Amino acid sequence: MSTPRTIIEKLWDSHVVAEREGAPSLIYIDLHLVHEVTSPQAFAGLRARGLKVRRPRNTFATTDHSTPTTPRSLPIVDPIAKAQVERLESNCEEFGIPYFGFQSPHQGIVHVIGPENGLTQPGMTVVCGDSHTATHGAFGALAFGIGTSEVEMVLATQCLLQRKSKTYEVRVDGALKPGVTAKDIILALIARIGVGGGTGCVFEYRGTAISALSMEERMTVCNMSIEGGARAGLIAPDDKTYQFLAGKPFVPKDAAWDAAVERWKKLPTDPGAAYDRTISMDANELEPMITFGTNPGMGIPVSGVVPDPSSLSDPLERDSLAKALRYMDLTPGKPLAGQPVNVVFVGSCTNSRMSDLRAAAGVLKGRKVNPKVRMMVVPGSMEIKRQAEAEGLDKVFREAGADWREAGCSMCIAMNGDQLQPGEYSVSTSNRNFEGRQGKGGRTFLASPLTAAASAIAGVVTDARKL
Amino acid sequence: MAQFTTLTSRMMPMPVDNIDTDQIIPARFLKTISKEGLDKQLFNDWRYDASGNPKPDFILNAPEWQGVRILLAGDNFGCGSSREHAPWALTQWGFRAILSTSFADIFKSNALKNGLVPVVVSREVHAKLFELVAADAQAAVTIDLASQTLTLPGGAKVEFPVDAFSKHCLLEGVDELGYILQQAPAIEAYEARKDVHLNTLQPS
Ligand code: SF4
Repeated sequence: MSTPRTIIEKLWDSHVVAEREGAPSLIYIDLHLVHEVTSPQAFAGLRARGLKVRRPRNTFATTDHSTPTTPRSLPIVDPIAKAQVERLESNCEEFGIPYFGFQSPHQGIVHVIGPENGLTQPGMTVVCGDSHTATHGAFGALAFGIGTSEVEMVLATQCLLQRKSKTYEVRVDGALKPGVTAKDIILALIARIGVGGGTGCVFEYRGTAISALSMEERMTVCNMSIEGGARAGLIAPDDKTYQFLAGKPFVPKDAAWDAAVERWKKLPTDPGAAYDRTISMDANELEPMITFGTNPGMGIPVSGVVPDPSSLSDPLERDSLAKALRYMDLTPGKPLAGQPVNVVFVGSCTNSRMSDLRAAAGVLKGRKVNPKVRMMVVPGSMEIKRQAEAEGLDKVFREAGADWREAGCSMCIAMNGDQLQPGEYSVSTSNRNFEGRQGKGGRTFLASPLTAAASAIAGVVTDARKL
Repeated sequence: MAQFTTLTSRMMPMPVDNIDTDQIIPARFLKTISKEGLDKQLFNDWRYDASGNPKPDFILNAPEWQGVRILLAGDNFGCGSSREHAPWALTQWGFRAILSTSFADIFKSNALKNGLVPVVVSREVHAKLFELVAADAQAAVTIDLASQTLTLPGGAKVEFPVDAFSKHCLLEGVDELGYILQQAPAIEAYEARKDVHLNTLQPS
């Protein structure tokens, strides 16, 4: 009998192209997603070397980061952003890469459109010049972010040189209490292990609380693996995965579909397989989480108090926490609930799918966004936008006083004009609260769509269960 | 790629843990389609005030720190996004090595491809380096890649880890793409296999 293997090892083994003494393994990439920000220099590199894209049909592009979320009938006003979006489109045409461009009815955040179209499939290796590529791990794919030099390598060769990561089992068992979401699972994990806790590792999320999650919720969890330092995070495929994918535009059809499912069923971790590291969490004990600081590991339950730097013994850690609290202008020992907010953002590849929009709309229905708050709801893709509108969610948002926009990264990264003003506080469903991430001088509290919507109504950080 | 053999320099101290790529270069500067001119935006939001003037109390602006080649930073340097603009900005400013206790995975991989050496030292050495710089801003260290040693002021040597392949590429100035391109036959053989997932993606 062969040694039991984890899904992470199975994915690795099946993608090794070559191994040479003294060098990392050469790994094959099945799906390469491309966006406007991290690709122009890579295409320029190809051109300079006279190289072609090796497998244009395993490559897919969209524009999302510097893309405006104003109505698509309006031009892109920022000339630098416009040039970048247009450069992506001309590069795709020159190199024969399929893309959903600015005017496409299928455009959206790269990590939203991959799964939505069935480009992302179990058993694949997926890369993108973007650290949140781990999102695709929700389908049992080994998906990780790469830099622009590596984007060029994959375009040219469909391969990357990689070292095997350590396997890290993240077990979450039990049942979430009402009002506690997938976002709270991942924020709680990162608060526990810290932003460097998973460095050098790939997470496999498993356990009854993970199996119970929908595919959209699984994407929320996997999305933030990088925020725990792991390059990738994944969940073994199961019937929910196959149901989600069945009939999507890019998945195999008929007999080929059946054969694919049979193959995918062999992916889950074998009983008795060993991990390099393991952590477990009890879902029953989790509370809605929110961050208070300037990295995603600085998280507390929404009913908690801001920690005190003087309680830390390591001087560098103490200074870093003190620096974060200075930036956030928060007082140690004070509860975060009740803290006034200026902006609420529902969107990003973490929380911009239908279930997120429904959750936010459920809280907002029949209520009004506090007049002191500016609320933006940005769907993850144009497809989601249409579906939300068909369900009347746009009306709920608009009637509550929120701004309902076109698809894109928007205020998650503040490259497209959607941004905080210096000193403003936001409750955001995105994944990063770094200094200035949502606009220079802006201050971000990361939370679930429920907490975000409740805070929009109250005008202060609010536990949705107490609204 | 730029070669790296040995480097002797003072160390610019930046005693902050988890310095993320949004601090190294904020996202709004990523709309560029070129690699040039990013040094001006290195640590932009720590470096300039609201009207765009250099903040005199930020170390990168201090005249006495110009020309330094090594950055001494807190734990988990380079966490956050995959932007290669971070090592581009650091090297264009003049840094060739960063000393820390740990680096984020993607940043480390990007740095190594740009001739920027991430040197991991133990907590004790890390603390000692900060003390040395605090006592004497002229304190210099030498990084010798071939022997993987860091020589401290006073002559004590500590070893640091670098994987053999990255070391080879840095010492010789070899780039990875060229190396992968040489393996075209292995890639073709892999693509010819029937059991790979490749064929599950339908042409659109
Ligand atoms: S939504 Fe935010 S995290 Fe996701 S791809 Fe866009 S910028 Fe990156």
